[in-house]
Amino acid sequence: MKKMIYLDNAATTKTSPEVVEAMLPYFSEVYGNPSSIYELASSAKNAVDGARGEIAGVLNCEPENIYFTAGGTEADNWALKAAFEAYGTKGNHIITTKIEHHAILHTCEYLEKRGARITYLDVDENGLVDIKELEAAITEDTILISIMFANNEIGTIQPVAQIGQIAREHGILFHTDAVQAFGQVPIDVKAMNIDMLSSSAHKIKGPKGIGFLYIRKGVKIRSFIHGGAQERKRRAGTENVPGIVGYGRAARLAADTMEERRRKETQMRDYLIHRILKEVPYTRLNGHPERRLPNNVNISFRFVEGESLLIMLDMEGICASSGSACTSGSLDPSHVLLAIGLPHEIAHGSLRLTLSDETTKEELDFVIEQIKKIVERLRSMSPLYEDFIKRQV
Amino acid sequence: MYSEKVMDHFQNPRNVGEIENASGVGTVGNAKCGDIMRIYLDIDENKIIRDCKFKTFGCGAAVATSSMATELVKGKSIEEALKVTNKAVMEALDGLPPVKVHCSLLAEEAIHAALWDYAEKHGIKIDGLEKPKSDIHEGEEEEEEEY
Repeated sequence: MKKMIYLDNAATTKTSPEVVEAMLPYFSEVYGNPSSIYELASSAKNAVDGARGEIAGVLNCEPENIYFTAGGTEADNWALKAAFEAYGTKGNHIITTKIEHHAILHTCEYLEKRGARITYLDVDENGLVDIKELEAAITEDTILISIMFANNEIGTIQPVAQIGQIAREHGILFHTDAVQAFGQVPIDVKAMNIDMLSSSAHKIKGPKGIGFLYIRKGVKIRSFIHGGAQERKRRAGTENVPGIVGYGRAARLAADTMEERRRKETQMRDYLIHRILKEVPYTRLNGHPERRLPNNVNISFRFVEGESLLIMLDMEGICASSGSACTSGSLDPSHVLLAIGLPHEIAHGSLRLTLSDETTKEELDFVIEQIKKIVERLRSMSPLYEDFIKRQV
Repeated sequence: MYSEKVMDHFQNPRNVGEIENASGVGTVGNAKCGDIMRIYLDIDENKIIRDCKFKTFGCGAAVATSSMATELVKGKSIEEALKVTNKAVMEALDGLPPVKVHCSLLAEEAIHAALWDYAEKHGIKIDGLEKPKSDIHEGEEEEEEEY
């Protein structure tokens, strides 16, 4: 296989060898069911508790506030559906944004069919929520504000502490989808007044199929998956012990290396952004220039369609993603890119490159050269570019 | 997800470019949906398609179907070119994923639009050729019910 350059770390990450090593004993050695009575079981239970403690430490909460789920999507579904059910006597209004992940948006659509009223806040051209608009949207019926911590496509980081404060002042629950943010940027659920937070292990070099929902003590949402008494009777099902152990290790590693990774990735990110914007004409950066995830680059190339760009990058061994319609299975490009005001044809030409701490400058130099070559080639085939050039003459 | 033929026509598209003073030019699709195809025809006095070029803004399948469509009509008479349907383009490419079938429709439509332009410019009528729709995606956006 030829050399591969993996720049799709927002989609998923390579599970780190240390995480795999930590998980291995919990498959065939310490395989006991944590609910059982014998020592093999209590060893497994201790491992689960240890991982819970690690994660709680990263978020500044108590271990019993962490409820393991099968991933971020389940955590999002649980938070929204259960809050709607539990607080139905208070009201039916939920405030969210137009740029949430589909795990939130499609859950909101589901709830709308069951009587919820949802406000989808606009974002500005950089993807930021307007705090004044949020405040104006609050009514007596508002039971929940769900706003993502950082956007998966354009990397914009929301003013979460401010949102949390407003929610607390109004006595409204605040949930944040932190799937892209947990382990990447500092999060303090107490200082930020976060009531519920969703996260997923595989975004931070942990295994797939494990996530958690943080639920602040006193938030009265009920079980979403019914069955046994696991997770303090709030999330039934035998614990994914290897997954939980892996998540605990991944969270600890992410927290310990956060500052160093942030510094390194931000530098690499800005190098990549500046060179592409400078060396490829008719491009624009999507997302906030500063308030963005350290590893996120999202750039639109005019007159070029994203899927074509991705296939050609793949032929050079480069893994990336796009917000074009062809990658979404519908005719519309990414809802996030439309929400920040991009016209359809420019949204179709977006490219997302998400770095890891292992990304090297040499790799980026190679990627930049390939992008220049491919974009030029696709433009030479594009009727939009032909028309544009003819108009310039 | 794509057949080898699609990948080949995407990586090495045939007949990319423009024809100056073309006999007919047809542009279909729209940038909103992410696909635009433009086909240029050079048709001689015997109504044979002497040359055919294309430019496409779109996904891998859009490029490959344009490329294959130009191959299929080159050297053909107008009547023969009219018989190049989206099915013929798809078969020649060893099939397309279901979500990409509209690309082959676009290719058929682009040829028809170029032939229509040729007919208009020359004041002739081509039997069996209808005026192309300006946007082939019209009325296609039906959403499936989920849950």
